[in-house]
Amino acid sequence: MSDRTQVYDRIVELIQPLNKKGIALAETTTFANDLELDSLTVMDLVAAIEDEWDIVLPLNMLPELENIGQLADAVAKLAK
Amino acid sequence: MTDLFSKFDPLIAERQALLDSGVRDPFSIVMEKVLSPTEAVISGKHTILLGTYNYMGMTFDADVIAAGQKALEQFGSGTTGSRVLNGTYQTHRECEDALKDFYGTRHAIVFSTGYQANLGMVSTLAGKGDYIILDADSHASIYDGCYLGNADIVRFKHNSVEDLDKRLGRLPAEAGKLVVLEGVYSMLGDIAPLKEMVTVAKKHGAMVLVDEAHGMGFFGEHGRGVFEEAGVADQVDFVVGTFSKSVGTVGGFCVSNHPKFEVLRLVCRPYVFTASLPPSVVATAAASIRKLMHAADKRAHLWKNSRRLHKGLRDLGFSLGTEEPQSAIIAIVLPDQAVTVRMWQALLELGLYVNMARPPATPAGMYLLRCSLCAEHSDEQVGEILQIFEQAGKAIGYLPSQAA
Repeated sequence: MSDRTQVYDRIVELIQPLNKKGIALAETTTFANDLELDSLTVMDLVAAIEDEWDIVLPLNMLPELENIGQLADAVAKLAK
Repeated sequence: MTDLFSKFDPLIAERQALLDSGVRDPFSIVMEKVLSPTEAVISGKHTILLGTYNYMGMTFDADVIAAGQKALEQFGSGTTGSRVLNGTYQTHRECEDALKDFYGTRHAIVFSTGYQANLGMVSTLAGKGDYIILDADSHASIYDGCYLGNADIVRFKHNSVEDLDKRLGRLPAEAGKLVVLEGVYSMLGDIAPLKEMVTVAKKHGAMVLVDEAHGMGFFGEHGRGVFEEAGVADQVDFVVGTFSKSVGTVGGFCVSNHPKFEVLRLVCRPYVFTASLPPSVVATAAASIRKLMHAADKRAHLWKNSRRLHKGLRDLGFSLGTEEPQSAIIAIVLPDQAVTVRMWQALLELGLYVNMARPPATPAGMYLLRCSLCAEHSDEQVGEILQIFEQAGKAIGYLPSQAA
């Protein structure tokens, strides 16, 4: 299993260019409310994450992944 | 009480700001009279239609209208029932027979709309534990079909054979897989590299569904669609289509040679739990489909119109969605909403209707004026259309006024 901290740090790096409002990113930062990402941007982020860790992150999982911490948990679990 | 509409406040405000700037609402056009497949009266003004999907101009065909009138008289105004219960008439069977003849397939199933055809096929074919692999720019009906079902959804980069290959390669070899493609992507009017994509899908053991909504009638030897022109008809498992474009009425369908195809009539919820199409509608569809089998001259004229409009608009200085004319849709890419709406309105005031498209319907946040041609647009009309574009472009200051 990939190291959860490394996964989290890399996800934050991938999100930073999408952080238009320049808010502080944390485990509890949400994609919809805090980052205000639209669904297309979220799907592009998913594609980038899939390529980064060579995993499959199906779009139907997204409703359960509301914040960065939850996304990092899911990626760490998939990236074995 | 929480007002459930408050979530729409940003959109309401954006729309109001646009209307307050003095432009007409692009999304509330009413055609008071329709004079032909290419002309209507909008706000009392005679207008050339360059934003319908009436590609083959079948809506006023005398044989099509006669078939509809006859069915209306013989079978009444509607079926008031589901296809699987009391809603299948002789007209529905004849319509499915016409589709089987048109596509040369063993099976055809008619849905009440094209939207429901995709909703039904995608959600029913791929179940729990299966994978749907779809193009990022897929139509809303395909995405909605994914969300109605229980399969895992994987999205690949638009029209990228390499990305499709990579993402299929990550899936479990033994899992059921449905690759969903479109022949023509309707926003930019670009076509899919179906030969390469279908080859890749088959390499990974996936079934393939191709939506030919915007390709039926004028691609391939028999007008079946882009998949026919690409030479992959024997490898495509399901073709989905619509009656609301080249066929000229409303309804959706899927054709296939799969030996177990007919079971869908019992398990496909968007097929079962809705009323079937009125007999007059399926009768017009059947008549139109049979005429489309012998429409080589119309096809040739539609392609001529597409090439001429593409070249003419590019020569005027417009930025277009595709380098070459790939379909009957020519999309003009404009910088922002304000310019797009001003241009759209200037065209309308000069008697030309085109479709405006904006995010989220468009890829990459683009603002588009989408022109869709008809085989019934005369050479004179295409000339007039180009003149109107030039005049409108100069009037709003988008094209330099000294240009040709």
